[in-house]
Amino acid sequence: MKRFLIALVALMLAGPVLAQSGPLRLTITDGVIEPLPFAVPSFEPENAEAAQVAADITRLVALDLSGTGLFRETPASAFISAHSSFAQTVAYPDWRAINAQAMISGAVTVSGNQLIVKFRLYDVFSGTEMGGGLQFAGTVDGWRRMAHKVADAAYSRITGEGGYFDSRIVFVSESGPKDNRQKRLAIMDFDGANMQFLTDSSALVLAPRFSPTGDRVLYTSFASGFPRINVLDVTSVGTRQLQTADGEMAFSPRFSRDGTQVIYSLANGGNTDIYRGDIASGASTRLTSAPSIETAPSLSPDGSQIVFESDRSGTQQMYIMSASGGDARRISFGEGRYATPVWSPRGDLIAFTKQNAGRFHIGVMRTDGSEERLLTASFLDEGPTWSPNGRVIMFMRETQGAGGTSSLYSVDVSGRNLKPVPLPNGASDPSWGPLQP
Amino acid sequence: MTILPKIALMGLIVITAGCTNPDRFAAGANDANDAAQAGVNDPTSPLFFNQTIGDRVLFAVDTSTLTDEGKAILDGQVGWLQSNADYLAIIEGHADEQGTREYNISLGFRRSNAVREYLVSKGVPATRLRATSYGKERPIQVCSQESCYASNRRAVTVISLASLS
Repeated sequence: MKRFLIALVALMLAGPVLAQSGPLRLTITDGVIEPLPFAVPSFEPENAEAAQVAADITRLVALDLSGTGLFRETPASAFISAHSSFAQTVAYPDWRAINAQAMISGAVTVSGNQLIVKFRLYDVFSGTEMGGGLQFAGTVDGWRRMAHKVADAAYSRITGEGGYFDSRIVFVSESGPKDNRQKRLAIMDFDGANMQFLTDSSALVLAPRFSPTGDRVLYTSFASGFPRINVLDVTSVGTRQLQTADGEMAFSPRFSRDGTQVIYSLANGGNTDIYRGDIASGASTRLTSAPSIETAPSLSPDGSQIVFESDRSGTQQMYIMSASGGDARRISFGEGRYATPVWSPRGDLIAFTKQNAGRFHIGVMRTDGSEERLLTASFLDEGPTWSPNGRVIMFMRETQGAGGTSSLYSVDVSGRNLKPVPLPNGASDPSWGPLQP
Repeated sequence: MTILPKIALMGLIVITAGCTNPDRFAAGANDANDAAQAGVNDPTSPLFFNQTIGDRVLFAVDTSTLTDEGKAILDGQVGWLQSNADYLAIIEGHADEQGTREYNISLGFRRSNAVREYLVSKGVPATRLRATSYGKERPIQVCSQESCYASNRRAVTVISLASLS
């Protein structure tokens, strides 16, 4: 775990007077940490048209970073220097004096609908710039993506890990009461902004899953009255039914790592097994053949193994087998049931839904089943999905009772920073896509 | 069933009191009532199947084992399906909300398949029966208590005319 999670360098806790002995680096370990203080002076608008969007981008960069729980913004009211010009020399003593460990400076130009954002990141206590300046070009309409790209670059340089702000999530948008719930596929930015519907509510749809490059989505549709797997093109919003052998009663799909195949469950009578199918040809291979329920398959990042759930022992537990099928080894042995395993993008952790003593949890464990850690607890938490950098888990939380509704939450893999994703409607079944190019 | 005439009578009284041409409305009300009565009382009607034979069986938590009570209902379904050969059936399996989505779809398939296999074992041609599952997606009772969960853990035999399928 120490490889992943954050621990502030001891120096950071030492206070504003002491200088760092090395470059600024937030090393992620398991310990409870003090968020790293950073300052973002308002990005310089390089022309009059850029004034509003420069202010908006500055705020969103700050929100992205502080939203991780790993960083804390030093408010502008504390600033000694204004740093109002992108080109000016950094007055490091003024930033040290207010204990900002990192300072982010930016400039924004607008011409027509074109937007150019430049940024630099400074290590205040070393008195040096971290990495070189970066420039992103996009559209004014897409200003949020530009802000997310700046925040990703800053996050990545400080933590040494990939970012996740410029990413999207496909999910099921829900409305209506429990006994007449309408479900539609929808897509949003990681922070809930820019939500768009991908399907109408004419058919029940479940569990969309992004392709590795984010260009397509697999999902389960009940349009025929039987669960079937559809594949949807994100750009055109065109959808087609996946042709697999006996494709009726197929559900729980996920893409292979190269995006050409799908692993899924097929019900045959009362039995459910896991299959692998080729998206282009429709040819499919059966991977499990137990009389029990085998479902919710998820591939390892290298594509060599599949983690799935099975009730072959009598209750739902998690197992790992080769991607070509064959013998499976059980990895979950704690109390209760373990379901919906999802392999982390870094390869070493499995996120899951655990049901025990009338409560649901989102948890993680190592791939050998050790170091189980529950991150959440509620009446019904279900369906984890990993951020592209394997640092954050998003999942669905449903409230109890006749008026129960679903919403999306995110939580750091350490269990800290649990928070809802702001959305206008109910939501479930999130699938986190890759960082956008 | 016995309250139906009373309701019709009350409707008649209200309509009579409020309308200058009571006969026309009274006739309409009686027609509708007669049609409903005919459906329920006509042993060849889908309504009779749903209400009198019983279109659903219930299951204990996380099981797909048919109960004796369930088998008695299914025996009635067998008789009805054998006498009404123009009908097909889709058996829909359902689960309560205490479980994960994919597993509950599979559990619903176990339930609908248990019903299908029972009906086939009693002589209903397999070609007339299909099984599906909605998992926990279509509850009919919405509370988060066993009283509701018990009604939601069900397999419903939905009949339709073969000529319409």
